[in-house]
Amino acid sequence: MKMELIQPFINAADAVLSQGLSGTTRVANLAMDEEGYRCQGVAAMVALTGDIEGRIILDLEPQTALRVASHYAGVSLPESDALIKETIFELANQVVGNAVCFLNDQGFHFRVHPPQLLGSADGDKSSEDVEALMLCFETSLGSVFMNVALRSGKQRMAEHATTAGK
Amino acid sequence: MEQFAAVKRSKDGQPLRYLIVDDSVFARKNLTRMIETFGGQVAGEAGDGMTAISEYDRTHPDIVLMDITMPQMEGIEAAEKIVQAHPEARVVMVSSVGYQENIVAALQRGARHFVQKPVKPEVLYEVIKYVMGEDGVVASAAGAGV
Repeated sequence: MKMELIQPFINAADAVLSQGLSGTTRVANLAMDEEGYRCQGVAAMVALTGDIEGRIILDLEPQTALRVASHYAGVSLPESDALIKETIFELANQVVGNAVCFLNDQGFHFRVHPPQLLGSADGDKSSEDVEALMLCFETSLGSVFMNVALRSGKQRMAEHATTAGK
Repeated sequence: MEQFAAVKRSKDGQPLRYLIVDDSVFARKNLTRMIETFGGQVAGEAGDGMTAISEYDRTHPDIVLMDITMPQMEGIEAAEKIVQAHPEARVVMVSSVGYQENIVAALQRGARHFVQKPVKPEVLYEVIKYVMGEDGVVASAAGAGV
């Protein structure tokens, strides 16, 4: 997994969380993950296809998502599944959108698919053959987990060609 | 959230009226809160491009804040249709997908400006003033909030 592909997502998450939540954000934990993803709370998965392939998962505890939504709205909001989902999807869209802009300007072209909801019981089967980077951002409103598994589409095609040739 | 000197319509001194278009309720709440700090009012909301067009016809807002990626009809197409029907419409695209192709496409099809998410209030405020031009006026400190 190339760091040049992942770093824009880390930068974007840091920018979105620190700007959106009006506070400092720090990476509290960083690890490689070769297992299928298991949710910490409620998670949104955004898939990419094209020059870069893979997926980004943003994962928040429901109470953290509620605090984030209330922070944006400026009032304390009542807990609801729809609000929690909206919050996580919007954060995921902002993080991925910002990173995609940077990578697009670097000459990578790909399609960003709409976010999908992952529940606590769901694993991410699509990542079984993909090494992922797992990060935990500590914010003033709680922890935000991000799991990034990406590789270049050209790399994937080369691997398929090698496998087919064996 | 920081309070800004109110931007009002220069012709009658009334608050600017906004149409907020985004499929995310979360994003609409965030923008609503922001424009209230600019002294503006929400004239209408829409969660997709089709509804945005009908809401524009119904409310005739001073400014439309339009997301790009939405169901049924995307924001750039909706902006184009609104501007075709109402050449005076001021549409500002607000999206997290702010790469060159999208920005150029939006401007070519009638949008007046582009703001990248996450939206910084001070950036949106300056864009609003720029887009309003002589049709907008910043209330003096004494008159702010009046």
